[in-house]
This record gives sequence, structure tokens and C-alpha cells, in this order.
Amino acid sequence: MSAQRNRRPVAVVGIGQTKHVAARHDVSIAGLLREAAVRALADAELSWADIDAVVIGKAPDFFEGVMMPELYLADALGAVGKPMLRVHTAGSVGGSTALVAANLVAAGVHGTVLTVAFEKQSESNAMWGLSLPVPFQQPLTAGAGGFFAPHVRAYMRRTGAPDTVGSLVAFKDRHNALKNPYAHLHEHDLTLEKVQTSPMLWDPIRYSETCPSSDGACALVLTGERGAARAPRRPAWVHGGAMRSEPTIFAGKDYVSPQAGRDCAADVYRQAGITDPRRQIDVAEIYVPFSWYEPMWLENLGFAEEGEGWKLVEAGVTEIDGDLPVNPSGGVLSSNPIGASGMIRFAEAAMQVRGQAGEHQIDGARRALGHAYGGGAQFFSMWLVGDEKPEH
Amino acid sequence: MTRDIAVVAFAQTSHTRRTDQLSEVELVMPVIHDVLKQTGLAANRIGFTCSGSSDYLAGRAFSFTMALDGVGAWPPISESHVEMDGAWALYEAWVKLRTGEADTALVYSYGKSSPGSVRDVLTRQLDPYTLAPLWPDSVALAALQARALIDSGLTDEAALAETAVRSRRDAAGNPHAQLRGSADAAELLRGPYEVEPLRRHDCPPISDGAAAVVLAAGDAARALHANPAWIRGIDHRIEAHQPGVRDLTESPSTRTAAVAAGAFDAPLDAAELHAPFTSQEIVLRRALDLNDAVPVNLSGGALAANPVMAAGLIRIGEAAALIHDGRARRVLAHATSGPCLQQNLVAVLEGEAR
Repeated sequence: MSAQRNRRPVAVVGIGQTKHVAARHDVSIAGLLREAAVRALADAELSWADIDAVVIGKAPDFFEGVMMPELYLADALGAVGKPMLRVHTAGSVGGSTALVAANLVAAGVHGTVLTVAFEKQSESNAMWGLSLPVPFQQPLTAGAGGFFAPHVRAYMRRTGAPDTVGSLVAFKDRHNALKNPYAHLHEHDLTLEKVQTSPMLWDPIRYSETCPSSDGACALVLTGERGAARAPRRPAWVHGGAMRSEPTIFAGKDYVSPQAGRDCAADVYRQAGITDPRRQIDVAEIYVPFSWYEPMWLENLGFAEEGEGWKLVEAGVTEIDGDLPVNPSGGVLSSNPIGASGMIRFAEAAMQVRGQAGEHQIDGARRALGHAYGGGAQFFSMWLVGDEKPEH
Repeated sequence: MTRDIAVVAFAQTSHTRRTDQLSEVELVMPVIHDVLKQTGLAANRIGFTCSGSSDYLAGRAFSFTMALDGVGAWPPISESHVEMDGAWALYEAWVKLRTGEADTALVYSYGKSSPGSVRDVLTRQLDPYTLAPLWPDSVALAALQARALIDSGLTDEAALAETAVRSRRDAAGNPHAQLRGSADAAELLRGPYEVEPLRRHDCPPISDGAAAVVLAAGDAARALHANPAWIRGIDHRIEAHQPGVRDLTESPSTRTAAVAAGAFDAPLDAAELHAPFTSQEIVLRRALDLNDAVPVNLSGGALAANPVMAAGLIRIGEAAALIHDGRARRVLAHATSGPCLQQNLVAVLEGEAR
């Protein structure tokens, strides 16, 4: 795209999450964000005074009923007197927000940036927030699942995947979540059979193959080489990051494997020098709000040939001890504070290459992918992080 | 190495009180096509696209996704969105160009205030637990600020009326403005109060409108415009939210942003200030040390047309237009967000040295 690249290296030196739960009655929206931000600052051993700018993100303002919440949140996030940006790119927003913050460092505009993404779904009505009551548009009257279920069906028909694959993913992710203290759902007595017999919500998507509604926030501290040199813990380095968008609805759109997702991944891999993602990437945190999106995105992201993603799932490749672990954190299927979910994917990828992921740490993870998508599978944001500073 | 980045094209709608017959997509498409035509670029040749808007004006979530359809995002584009005035979308695009990952950027924003009561809608910007439940509207909050200025002896109602007269008479030369021309101050002062001490002329018109800008870096900018408006500095700052903890007669965030943007490094030929209320121009002039020698809001400013979410981007566009056609060489552009000038952005634009 451009002959001239001016990017400076960007490092993740602080990560903070809240314990994601159905309802945080004990904190305000500001309190929720501040909890994640304080944890990220503590991880980086920095104070509010060390932060040059703040970038926040969330899904539609309608979810909590606060228009342009950066105005109200400025005080709680130590932003008074500083630059503050608010990103909104639908479900991909958590990832896009991290990328906007990373670009501030990469462009040399700021030294150290705090970025926070959140959703407090308990103060909202996401069903209304997700509805588009406008004539001549596809009515999404049954929530996100109603929109995505036909595309899952299309995937099954196109690839011949057996209808057992979705439940394998759901059981895996919910099982992984037991190792993640921040995950919303800790279903200790869940069995594969219970997933398979859970109520059908939007055929073929069952109740246990569906993400929960969560309150939660995620924060990152991003800095450059000098900041990274002073960091108390090993940084994660950003090796590539990109966003891609395509229209919601148009003739020729491939809802099963959108071109914007393929292009976004290709751009990230090009930046990071990845030519064989399946072998060169050690762990992936992929945005899977409905279980079938794991095999679908495995193909879209180039981890599997077209039509082959479900075979990786069936073979256990994406299990926490498989050769391409996907969502060892439990993923969106186990915690979904919508606006934060993308940033959690990015953060979990960074935690893996920092060796900071606790019980769900993948041994020796050196390169990790964080992925998010949103809208009608039309907005994509991704980054690839590594344990070493990129060469270029 | 820092890259030089310039505004190379600007377009806006003719702002009107209501556009019942237009969807947001239909509102924004003509200005996008206009700036692309000015530069000869197709949407798929643009390196990065960023927009600013607010779902609250449309009364529905994800309204920006439909506006994106108007861009023609196929094949897929590198794109982002801020739920802020388009001036901040321009800032995000400027950052992107600075990284060298793109050479050109399309920035657009739009706002339709007509579907609802914008005064009521803007109350939803306030602290949801303590302020928003009281529904203090944007005019009432601005009136508190105006009262503080008058009580401090910094202005009076007659001076505010003169600001309105000047803006709306300057807007007579702006075909895009909603209010063009004005009665004398004496007549305006005979009108009733909207919220004391503000009369109708102290408040912005309620507008529907859209704007678009193309940014380009270095040689790409020179190739796209004979006289690019170079962004010499751009910065933005936010202040505390609770009006009670701020001195509403001051705008320290504007001052800080202006220093960082280099506004005080050389004399200015003109300024485009995003001051929706007459009283706010006083606050901004003081923060920016602007005396009467510097023409302010030759376009008429937000007092002549105030499409919420686009009015700040339009200030940058109007500042660039002064440079593009040689009327000025160094112009300050300002955008604001939030009640009583809570958040402020300052950009300094320059033409080539003569």
C-alpha cells in the first residue's frame, strides 16, 4: 500500500481484566473500566501520570444508554488534561481500539498509551441495541444468533461438516474457561452430552453453543522501545495489525468466509512475515461468539484449507494441548462483554507470548494471533504479537 | 522521520433544518463522491477511511454501518469509525498516515438532528447516574457558562449579539450555511430568552448535514492539489466532566491543545472555531489569544450551521479551503465535543511558504 513505513515498534507492557460476570452490581460503568485500567497499570508498574493518552472502545452507546461515554469517563480514567479518543466499530471494536492506541505509539505521537474496552450489559438491553427498526433492511428480530445461524447452515452444507462439530468447540471452550479466573462461565459439571442436548435456539445453534451476556472490561498499556526497556515484565511486541471492512449486505457477499476477513489476515501475516500460519502461529484467540465460527474462521484466517476447518476441530488440533490451541482462555463463548471481547482476544494473545496466562498458558508460545469481528461479519481487526521485538 | 500530511479536498452539504426525504447514507454519499471527484481517486484507491457519527441522533444502533455502504467498501477497505465528531476521525486518519501504512485517507462525518429533539438527545452524554437523570439540556448548560462569563465581566448580552450578527453576516457568502445574514444587534436583543441569558441568536441552528475531507501525505498530497493545506500541528485534550468542578469561563484543554499544535509559534491569518454558542467564542478567543486582528469564522461558523458530529470537521475543511484558494496561508481550526466545551481539538494548517 505504501512504500514508506514509519512505524516504531509497539510493546504491550500492561494487561488488566475484570472478572467477567453477568452483572456487576457493585460498580458503576466508570468503576468497571477503572478496575481493568488499574490492573493494567499495576502490571506495567506505571501510574496515571505516565499515561500520555487514553483510547476507549465499546459497542453501541445504546447498550448502556450513555451517548459518547468518553465524556463521562474522562475523570475516572485519569484522562483530564490528556487526549482521549473513542472508537466504535461494532463487535470488532475491542480489537480496533487496541490498534488505534497502538498506532499512536507506532506513529511517534505518544510514548505510552492506555486503552480500555468495556461493556456493562447488565445496564443495557442488548436486544434493543442490536435491533435496526428501519424499513428495507433485514430485520434482526432474533438477536445476533438469528443473523448468523443461516451462515452456519451455509457452512455446514458447503463443507459437509457433521452437526456434532459445534458442540465439540463449545465444550472445549467452556472447559478451557475453567482454567481462566477472569472467565464469566465456570461450568464445572458441563459434559459434551449436556452441550449436545441443550435447547436449540437458532437452528443449528444450541444454547450451550452461544456466548453469554457479560459485564466486563479489558485494558492494555502500550508503549515504545524505551518504555519496553523499563517494563518490569516481559513485553509482547506487535508484529502486525490491520482492520478491514466490507458492506453489510450485497449481492456476492460470502457470509461464510468474508473477503474482508481474508484480506485482513493476509495484511497482518505480511507485516509479521507469516507465510504458513498453521505452523508459525503458536496459539490463536479467535472471536467465536457461536461455536461454529471456530471452524469457519480457521478457514477464513488461513489455518485450514477451504472446507477443512471442521476437520481440525474433530481431530483435536484446536484443543488446549493440540498443535494449534484456539481460545485457551475460554473465548467469547465463555465471556462476552461485547465491546471488550475483541480487546480480550488481543490481550489474551499478548498474555500467551508474555508467558503470563497462568493455568491456560500454552508452553513456549512465541507468536499469537488476536482476532475480532463485528457487524454483519463485515468489520475485522487482528493483531499478531510475539515475544521478540520485530526486526523491521 | 515525520511525514507531512495535508488536507487536499473538502466537501459539505448545504445544511438545512431537516432532511426528511434523505437517509443518512443519502446525506453522506454526495459529499463523499464530491471529494473523491476533486482528487480523482476511487474509493478503492484510498489507503484508509475513517468516519465520525453518533447513533443517538438516528435513534438506532450501528447507523454508521449503513453509511459505510455509501462509501462503496468493495473490495474491502481499511476502515475505522469514532463515535465522535468527524474532527476526531480526521485525527485518527492523520495518525494512520503518520505510520506510513497509508498515503491517502477519506474522512467523513454526518449528523441528522431533525429526527428527534437534539437538546434532549444531548442530555444522554452526561454522567448517567448523577446528571443525565436530571435532563439538563445543552442550551441550559451553555447558559450556565454564559452566565459565568457575564458575571465575570468578560462579556455582556450586547457583545454576544454582535458575535451572532458578525457570524451570520459572514455566512451570507457561504452557500452551505443554513442561516445567512442577520438583523442588527439591537433588534436581536429585543427577542425573548431561550434560557437566560441566551437568546435564540446565541444558540446554534438545528441542522442536518455532512462533510468529507481527503488527507494525503507528502508527494501524494502535492500530486492531488496544487496548494495543499498542510497540517502543521494537531492535538486534542479533554477536561473533567462535572460542570461543577470546572471554571466554565476558561478552556484549559483548548489552550493545551493549541500549544501542542504550535498555534502560538507564528501569526495566524484566520481561525475557524467550533463555538455553537456565542458565549463559547469568547472562551475560545481567550484560550487562543485571538484578538480582533484575526478573522474568526469567515464561514459563519456553527452559529450559521451546526450539523452535530460534522460541525468540527467542517471547521477543518473551511480552514483548508481558505488555504486551497489562496485567501490565507496559516489558519487555526478548532473542534469541540461535550457540554460547555469539555473536549477540544486544535489544528494548525498552512499553505506552502510564499
